[in-house]
Amino acid sequence: MAALKPSKRVRHLFTVNPTATLQLGLWVALSIVVMTVDHRYHSLDGVRDVLSTVVYPLHYLTRLPTNARNWLNENLAGRATLLEENARLRENQVFFNAQLQKLTTLEAENRRLRSLLESAVNAPERVLIAELLAVDFDPYRHHILLNRGRQHGISVGQPVIDQRGVIGQIIRVDPFTATAILITDPNHALPIQINRTGVRTLARGTGNFQELELPHIPNNEDVKIGDLLVTSGLGGRFPPGYPVGAISKVEFDPGSPFAHIIARPVAQLDRIREVMLLEHEPMAAPPAVVGTPAKTSP
Amino acid sequence: MTTDYSSGGEIITLSFLLAFLLAGTPLPGWLGWFWPDWVAMVLIYWCMALPHRIGIGLGWLVGLLVDAGRGALLGQHALAFATVAYLTLQTYRRIRVFSPWRQAFSVLIFLLVEQVLVFWISGVIGYPPRDGWYLAPAVGGMVLWPLLFVVLRDTRRYFQVT
Repeated sequence: MAALKPSKRVRHLFTVNPTATLQLGLWVALSIVVMTVDHRYHSLDGVRDVLSTVVYPLHYLTRLPTNARNWLNENLAGRATLLEENARLRENQVFFNAQLQKLTTLEAENRRLRSLLESAVNAPERVLIAELLAVDFDPYRHHILLNRGRQHGISVGQPVIDQRGVIGQIIRVDPFTATAILITDPNHALPIQINRTGVRTLARGTGNFQELELPHIPNNEDVKIGDLLVTSGLGGRFPPGYPVGAISKVEFDPGSPFAHIIARPVAQLDRIREVMLLEHEPMAAPPAVVGTPAKTSP
Repeated sequence: MTTDYSSGGEIITLSFLLAFLLAGTPLPGWLGWFWPDWVAMVLIYWCMALPHRIGIGLGWLVGLLVDAGRGALLGQHALAFATVAYLTLQTYRRIRVFSPWRQAFSVLIFLLVEQVLVFWISGVIGYPPRDGWYLAPAVGGMVLWPLLFVVLRDTRRYFQVT
């Protein structure tokens, strides 16, 4: 029984802390001060750096079982499975190489045409692969923690993509880790374009991994289910042309001036394991007000 | 009356570390919704078992580390954990004599208070909860409390943490 702790009972049964309420009051007040300073002024980044460095090894330990399982899977896979996978990958490579050849010619042509038009040339982008360390515990806030940080040259605002499409962008960088906000976070909006028609709008997060909301599209606009959304490049954060999602629901409400349009992200945001961080140089100094999607503070 | 309170500090630290790891392990599907905040539960246990040693201040510090680890607003879990520690300290004399299953109901209430505080703060900074599911981890915590209690109690007795 829980009650049977003889020696301790004698010692602590009458332990009364008369100042407990006062203590609580002080700590709560301190929390409120810390939260306000952290939220409004972001001047606690030094403290956060220290704390996140302290907890960083814990994130690694958390990943240990997953890593061990992956390692076992890789090392104990049967010969047949490996051969099969090898064949599949080789096939893929042939296919991609063929596409790449086309791409190189197109890129060269594109650059030539752009220089003819004297428009800004798209600088080639560098990518850095990062692994997911943790997801935010708050189920309504879609933030993820990545295992690359300031040490690896990550900076705030860098776009994050996976092999399918856009995932989000970096909002905070610590010494060894970085936090990214997903495009489905309710506080995130991404400037996009409907690929088929060229209509520009925003893709707002809804807090649901499967849904993006497209506001401000008039009822008479040509929008069809399945239309691909790509980044428009407005706002300067994201390079143009990356796939974001596909229209999954279009509802016209005669009473409201705008259609109710929902899109489904192409990236599988709820099962991210590895992501790519783009090193994207904004073409010109981007105006900070035009659709800058990062909104960590209201 | 002995005042040697220094024994077993590593055990307490280790239990918090394990709780942190456990809480960080994602569970698939709907089970994930009920995965409790292990750190808060371990804090409740130690506040109850060693109220002279573990208290509001330590709860606050642990909360601050949790904030840093989860990328939450600094101070968010600190406030909630300090409150949980306070509630436990105010009631530990009663709860300690309950059976683990009856304790679980008190733990449910503490965990609900914690969740509500955390989500109030989230709401203030622009992330209001969209449905009632955010309270589910408290229920998971209640169900798993007897298990955690027995494990920690036996560990504490074995290593004579006082």
